Amino acid sequence: MNTKKAKYGLNSVSLMLSLTLTGMELKNPLILAAGVMGTTGGSLKRIADNGAGAVVTKSLGIEPSGGHSNPSMVEVDCGYLNAMGLPNPSYKNFQQEIDIPRAQVPVIASIFGGCALDFSEIAGILDVDAFELNVSCPHAHGYGAYIGTDPDLVEDITKAVKAATDAPVWVKLTPNVTDITRIGLAAQRGGADAVVAINTVRGMAIDIDSGYPVLGNRFGGLSGRAIKPVAIKCVYDLYDALKIPVIGVGGISDWKDAIEFIMAGARGIEVGSAVGNNINVFKDISLGMEAFLVEKEWTLDDIYGMAHKL
Amino acid sequence: MKPVNVVITKIVEETPSIRTFFFNLSFESEPGQFVMAWIRGVDEIPMALSRDNAITVQKVGPATTSLFKLREGDSMGIRGPFGNGFRIKGNNILLVAGGVGAAPLSPLAEKARLQGLKVTTLLGAKTKEELVFRERFEAAGKVMVATDDGTAGKHGYVTQLIDGEDYGQIYCCGPEIMMKKVLDTVRPEKSQFSLHRYIKCGIGICGACCMDGLRVCKDGPVFTGEILKRSEFGLYRRNECGEKVKIQ
Repeated sequence: MNTKKAKYGLNSVSLMLSLTLTGMELKNPLILAAGVMGTTGGSLKRIADNGAGAVVTKSLGIEPSGGHSNPSMVEVDCGYLNAMGLPNPSYKNFQQEIDIPRAQVPVIASIFGGCALDFSEIAGILDVDAFELNVSCPHAHGYGAYIGTDPDLVEDITKAVKAATDAPVWVKLTPNVTDITRIGLAAQRGGADAVVAINTVRGMAIDIDSGYPVLGNRFGGLSGRAIKPVAIKCVYDLYDALKIPVIGVGGISDWKDAIEFIMAGARGIEVGSAVGNNINVFKDISLGMEAFLVEKEWTLDDIYGMAHKL
Repeated sequence: MKPVNVVITKIVEETPSIRTFFFNLSFESEPGQFVMAWIRGVDEIPMALSRDNAITVQKVGPATTSLFKLREGDSMGIRGPFGNGFRIKGNNILLVAGGVGAAPLSPLAEKARLQGLKVTTLLGAKTKEELVFRERFEAAGKVMVATDDGTAGKHGYVTQLIDGEDYGQIYCCGPEIMMKKVLDTVRPEKSQFSLHRYIKCGIGICGACCMDGLRVCKDGPVFTGEILKRSEFGLYRRNECGEKVKIQ
C-alpha cells in the first residue's frame, strides 16, 4: 500500500480535511459564508449539522435594520443578484443565536459599521471564535464597500477591532476595486489574521417588460457561478501579496470548485449561494474532496497554493 | 429566475378586504405553493396561488394596498412557483381554513375531489362577508362554517368545529394562533400546515424566513404537524430585521 494512502487509512479519513485556521481548529476548511442562513441560531446550527467546518453569521450592526425593499434577491442566467441591504437584528440581540451552533463548530461573527467605533463596539462585546469585518457589501450606502475601497479606512478599522478583541479578525474584501491586493495589504498592516475574498461583484438587472430595475435597491451584488473566475484570480493575487492566510469565496458549489480555490491559495473556503439548491452542499463537498485527495494521493497541504509553484 | 411579466385579466372582489387577481399566464404548481408578486417600484411579497393563474390577496399593509390599486390590464412581475405544496394522503381529508388562509386550500380541495377523495372543509372568518371561496369548497364536499361574530354558521372559532372523526389527513391554513390551536387538537403526524413568514429571497438562500433552521420559502411553506411540534411555530416569528416577535 502506498504510504500516503496508509497515512489516511479508513479510520482517519474524516481527519483528512482538518486544519488550523487563524488559531481555530476546524474539522474541514468549508465555512458558511456571511448573509446566508445566518440570521437565526437554528439556521446556523442546521448548516453545522450538515457538515460545515465553521459558520459565519449574517452581518451584524449597531441597530436593528430591515434592509432594502424587495425584490432583494433574484436568480439571473449566471448566478444571483442581491441587495439585501444589511438587514439584521443588531448585535445586541444576537449572542443567544451565536451560542446555539457554537456548541458544534466555531462561529464567526460578520460585523459592519459606518466607522471604526461601530466595529470596535461590537467586537468588544460579542463572544465569538472570530470576527469577519464586512467592509465589502456593494450596496449599503455609507457601509461596506464605501469603506472597503479605501485602504486607510480598512487599516484603521482593522486596528481598532484588533484592539477591542482577542479573537482572530478576518477582513472580507470587495472585488470592486482596481487592485484588491492594496486593500488586502492594508488589512494586513492593520493586524488582520486573515482576509476573505471576495464579496459580491457589483451588478444590475432591468426588467425589459417595464424598464424597472429588478432589485428594490436598483443595483446589487452578483454571486454564484459567474464570479468564480473573478474570485480565483483575487485569491491567487492575495496569496502572492500577503503573509496572512486567504479565505476564498465566490461561486463555490462543488468539490472541484473548492479544490481549485485551494490550489489558487485559499486556506479556507466559504460557500454561500449554493446552499439554496443544496442544503447538504458542505457534506457533499467534503466527501468529494476526500475522495479526490485519496485518488490523487495528495494532502490538503500538498495542494495549498499549488498553482503558484508550477 | 427573474420576474415574469403577467397582465391582470380580471379582478374579483371576494370580500370587502380580499381580492383575487387573475393573470394572462398560468403557473404549473402544486396546491400550497406560492409566488413572489412584484408590484414594480413598491415591493415584492409572497402570495399563495389560489388557482394556476391567480393569487388571492388580503389588504393588510403598504404592498397589498398598492396591489389593490392595480386594475385589469395592468401588469406585475411574478417569480415562482416556489416551495413545496400540500401532499395528498388518505381517502377522507379535512381542510381547516381561517380567513384568507382559504386561498391555498381551495385548489387542494378541488384537486382532492378530482382524485375521488372525500373532502370536508371547516371555513372560518371574522364575519359572514369575510368568508372566502365557500362555493369552491362546497363544490368539493361538505362545508361547516364558523364566524367570530356569529353572522354565519357557528358563533366562535373554526377550531371549535373539529370533530372526533378519524381523517386520513388534516390540512390547515390561517392565522398562526389558529393553526397552533389546530396543531394542539389533531394528531401531528396526520396534519399539514401552510405557514406565513417574512420572505425575502424566496429561493432558500438568505435565511430571512427561517423558523428555527427550517426555510419557510424552500423547505415549506407546508410543514407536517410533527415537524412543527418541535419548532418555534406558534411561539415566535421573525420580523424583517430578524428579531424574534411573539405570535399573538
